[in-house]
Amino acid sequence: MSELTKLTIAAARDAMASGELTAVELTDACLEAIDGAAALNAFVHKTPEIARDQAKAADARRGADAQALNGIPLGIKDLFCTNGVPSQAGSGILDGFKPEYESTVTSRLFEAGAVMLGKLNMDEFAMGSSNETSVYGNAVNPWRRGNDEAALTPGGSSGGSASAVAADLCLGATGTDTGGSIRQPAAFTGITGVKPTYGRCSRWGIVAFASSLDQAGPMTKDVRDAAIMLGAMAGHDPKDSTSADLAVPDFEAALTGDIRGKVIGIPREYRMEGMPEEIEALWAEGRKMMEEAGAKIVDISLPHTKYALPAYYVIAPAEASSNLARYDGVRFGHRAKLAQGDGITEMYEKTRAEGFGDEVKRRVMIGTYVLSAGFYDAYYNRARKVRTLIKRDFEQVFAQGVEAILTPATPSAAFGLGEMEDADPVAMYLNDIFTVTVNLAGLPGISVPAGLDRQGLPLGLQLIGRPWEEADLLNAAYSLERAAGFVAKPAKWW
Amino acid sequence: MSIDLDTARKVAHLARIRVEEEALPALASEFNTILGFIEQLQEVDVKGVEPMVSVTPMRLKRRDDVVSDGDQQAKVLSNAPDAREGFFAVPKVVE
Repeated sequence: MSELTKLTIAAARDAMASGELTAVELTDACLEAIDGAAALNAFVHKTPEIARDQAKAADARRGADAQALNGIPLGIKDLFCTNGVPSQAGSGILDGFKPEYESTVTSRLFEAGAVMLGKLNMDEFAMGSSNETSVYGNAVNPWRRGNDEAALTPGGSSGGSASAVAADLCLGATGTDTGGSIRQPAAFTGITGVKPTYGRCSRWGIVAFASSLDQAGPMTKDVRDAAIMLGAMAGHDPKDSTSADLAVPDFEAALTGDIRGKVIGIPREYRMEGMPEEIEALWAEGRKMMEEAGAKIVDISLPHTKYALPAYYVIAPAEASSNLARYDGVRFGHRAKLAQGDGITEMYEKTRAEGFGDEVKRRVMIGTYVLSAGFYDAYYNRARKVRTLIKRDFEQVFAQGVEAILTPATPSAAFGLGEMEDADPVAMYLNDIFTVTVNLAGLPGISVPAGLDRQGLPLGLQLIGRPWEEADLLNAAYSLERAAGFVAKPAKWW
Repeated sequence: MSIDLDTARKVAHLARIRVEEEALPALASEFNTILGFIEQLQEVDVKGVEPMVSVTPMRLKRRDDVVSDGDQQAKVLSNAPDAREGFFAVPKVVE
């Protein structure tokens, strides 16, 4: 395999600017790597013709005024609608769906010169933490436990994105994060993932799961690449009324690595019962690294943390049940074969029974239940009140001068595919215990690889920032990245 | 709060998802596990707390009420499982 695909976005950009490398060479190397990595099941719709055309165009544009991502080959999560290219959200109900339009985020990436290699595997409708609910089958983590050949999950829902970036099939990938779907897979695969402030990236053209929580973000090989890619993805979009009309700062320019005097909070409620010792040790190590870099570390309290997951499992299914009502077999995707005499209700019920997988059905029905007459106040309204309290917890510590919060990214390293099969759904939900608060409060969060566990699997730390302060957050993450010095890569077996 | 088979059947119908009769007990049991988890929310003192309506304190942008798009019939119908004469086709709705 060519070494070219191992380049970071920044290194490839510089090599292309100086003429040592062309976008066509780089794209061909990625396409070859993808063809050789079928075992990872990361790319589920390949777009080599589009990629080569975009790469040629990028080479023609090359010059001093080239855009930020000129000629950079990326993978796109299947949740993003891409013009004329299958966009199924990992679901059977969108089988055959080819959008007639392009999502705002992918449009912006292409305007910045990016090359699309194809669409990436994911949990169905982004509902899952292991990429095991996908209609395409499991995506596989390129990392293994030492010499053990057991296939591990790359995490979810952005599992294909994480696997593809970690295995050097592309230089970066888009992800989306509703409860941890960028940060958890990034941590499981030893890469960097950013969930921006709610409203930083337009949601237009991204298949909706829970509209008040969903945010798109970059998944990359390092913090600098995340800064470059986020800059290209972000910005106001008139087509998404919740996208913020705020200037997008130069995130890359903010990376000085200087965090002297920064106040970093350590929330005591994130020390969970039964948390593996290695996660605890990594967190303590992270604290020490930031302290040695000159940050001021303070212990803080976020008292409503334990209610975040239960609140999430009311709010997210409620919004999903409403968003997924559109999959009715009328306008796009799958329609069930009907029996003689079947009416429109049978068409809806059979179509949705055939098209949705079990986890999606479960969440749509839970959402329907918590919104139904008689339970709306007890569940949905109460969850929204708890959400207010969770956000207030963060506002109070930020008001006390805390500028970023350091936590573990996940409660464990990557687990084996199929290992959670017999567990109840709630056990799987606990994967998002450290990440979900950030979505409920609309804050930016980043997962940075910081170490390996005893079995040689990557572990991540999470930094949580103040709203709209991604530049500051990325700089803190950059400092942590430099101190942690994580350079391990999975040994190639695929 | 416990969900029985009748409630599970009703929720499935409200969600317009066909669930075969023999699958209802397992479904009701999963609902109960998830609702048991959600039940913790009852411990929280929410007196005087407003339910969140918008996570970012900003006024939603308004746009001018103008036609910005249209005349896309072929594109709108291009993904339909059944489109005829410029319309989406569905089983008979009105007797």
